[in-house]
Amino acid sequence: MTATAPSPVLQARGLVKRYGHVTAIDGADFDLLPGEVLAVIGDNGAGKTSLIKALTGALVPDAGEIRLNGEPIQFSGPQSARSHGIETVYQDLAVAASMDIASNMFLGRELRRPGLLGNAFRMLDKKRMRQEAAEHMADLKIGLRSLTQAVETLSGGQRQAVAVARAVAWARSVVVMDEPTAALGVKESGQVLDLIRRVRDKGMPVVLISHNMPHVFEIADRIHVHRLGRRAAVIKPSDYSMAEVVAIMTGALTVDDAGGTVVADSDAAKAAGVQAN
Amino acid sequence: MTATSTPYADIKAPTTARRLLTAPTAGPLAALLIACLFFSLTTDQFLTGGNFSLIVQQVMVVGTLAIGQTLIILTAGIDLSCGTVMAFGSIVIAKMAAEGSVPPLVAIALGLAVCGGFGLANGLLVQKIPLPPFIVTLGMLNVAFALTHIYSEEQTISNLPGPVTALGETFPLGYTDITYGSLFTIALFLLFAYALSNTSWGRHVYALGNNKEAARLNGLRTSPLTIGIYTTAGVLYGIAALLLISRTGVGDPQAGQTDNLDSITAVVLGGTSLFGGRGSVLGTFIGVLIVGVFRNGLQLMGVASIYQTLITGVLVILAVTVDQISRKKAR
Ligand SMILES: Nc1ncnc2c1ncn2[C@@H]1O[C@H](COP(=O)(O)OP(=O)(O)OP(=O)(O)O)[C@@H](O)[C@H]1O
Ligand SMILES: [Mg+2]
Repeated sequence: MTATAPSPVLQARGLVKRYGHVTAIDGADFDLLPGEVLAVIGDNGAGKTSLIKALTGALVPDAGEIRLNGEPIQFSGPQSARSHGIETVYQDLAVAASMDIASNMFLGRELRRPGLLGNAFRMLDKKRMRQEAAEHMADLKIGLRSLTQAVETLSGGQRQAVAVARAVAWARSVVVMDEPTAALGVKESGQVLDLIRRVRDKGMPVVLISHNMPHVFEIADRIHVHRLGRRAAVIKPSDYSMAEVVAIMTGALTVDDAGGTVVADSDAAKAAGVQAN
Repeated sequence: MTATSTPYADIKAPTTARRLLTAPTAGPLAALLIACLFFSLTTDQFLTGGNFSLIVQQVMVVGTLAIGQTLIILTAGIDLSCGTVMAFGSIVIAKMAAEGSVPPLVAIALGLAVCGGFGLANGLLVQKIPLPPFIVTLGMLNVAFALTHIYSEEQTISNLPGPVTALGETFPLGYTDITYGSLFTIALFLLFAYALSNTSWGRHVYALGNNKEAARLNGLRTSPLTIGIYTTAGVLYGIAALLLISRTGVGDPQAGQTDNLDSITAVVLGGTSLFGGRGSVLGTFIGVLIVGVFRNGLQLMGVASIYQTLITGVLVILAVTVDQISRKKAR
């Protein structure tokens, strides 16, 4: 770390969230720097989804502090994170199945007709919402035949595309994606990765949760390794091999303060074919 | 970029004809038309303006209840107490107005407020505890039933002042007399049809019924939304109470007991899914008319009323079966 490191856009210290006996977040720290793609990786159940839910207002942590652009902030709900420009693609997508794509895209931020119809009669501007939704979906270049079909009639990948397009369309400060390519084919995954790059090129930071190591190494500027409810390490993909990162994720290796690795579990490390550096 | 340069051929709204054919109301509408055709051919009196006016009068009370019921069922809830809450509201209005302790309009306002209060209580229990709507409204059914009988002292209340029964008066339309209450009910249906399909609130009701957690993650305030829906339904039951009094001219503590389930019947016959998130009040209007037309037509044919009930029951099971099968197909 250099002294001139930019201050984080979104930061968390000591987050804790318990569900009964399960501690989903166990004193987790988090730093997202301006304009970066930060990958968050970790085993199933490591607490990645819980962490980003705390960061996006979807759950209220039991303890810990969140800062947005350096200012301490408490999100009272998803609405309050959204009003600060943070958009999220949730792992289970959070779409309304019987509603069409445009309605999902504009859910909670519907456009009203101008003038009396909109003000007095609260009439929706369905046409404009359909048009704008069409533009956003076209940006993604994912094959969709119709925007008026219900989301439940889409394939899993198409649904994911809708959720991704919605988040990217509305984000003003941060985009968070929880496994956005999990259901996508090779071509569609590539399109989402392209989209993430385009978002970053606009200067907006992206948090990407993924189990796909080649994707992570392809696109991430930094990798946040999550383990047992807390941050185990933050590394640059250029400094480590995929095998080493996986070893950190599983606890075979740990990263010391100087950025070197230490063998924590020699058998596991040997099995993974990695050693300390 | 303009919309025309996008690759989506049909970003225009689907045509009205296509929407009607593919809509979930298509089946119920067809059933209604077939029933009308059948009764027109088998009885002489069915196809007259007077008879249609009568059908609408007969269904306006359960129809107004069914609007509230539709809202609640769209959120994947159910309200077993609507008819009984209406009965209590009607006793409140009738008794207050008959005793003359308050002006008739105040009596009406109090009746609406009491029913709205029941809705609010249902909504709070469903949302805040939270409890299943089935159980909450089952309990509320008993509470409202008991209060109705306690407050009325088992007496039917008559000699009501004019304003309380004004909606029962008629005006001529061609050769047919129409009650103001019928018109009012139709206006309510149109109002809620508009609100559900053309306002943000309507979208949010559907989103809530689709997936409550998704609605929350999309920034919808699901708690006030849910409580608001139950309260609105309660106020509608109050309006139904007023319509009931205007139709019968009395406050009757025995009223409304079959309406609890009849309102659900109408909603289901209209193609609204008991699983939430799908359906419409226009469908419910058709459902209400189906019940009304069957009752009326069978009566004209001289079929005993117990058989009318039997046929209604079969229709409901049929409607739910169609809903379930079409949902399976959609997967
Ligand atoms: N609503 C909840 N109630 C109870 N336990 C929960 C809840 N949400 C998460 N947990 C628990 O918290 C832990 C972390 O879950 P989380 O979903 O955050 O993991 P994850 O890293 O996102 O996993 P995956 O890679 O499978 O998505 C798990 O043990 C899970 O069982
Ligand atoms: Mg997860």
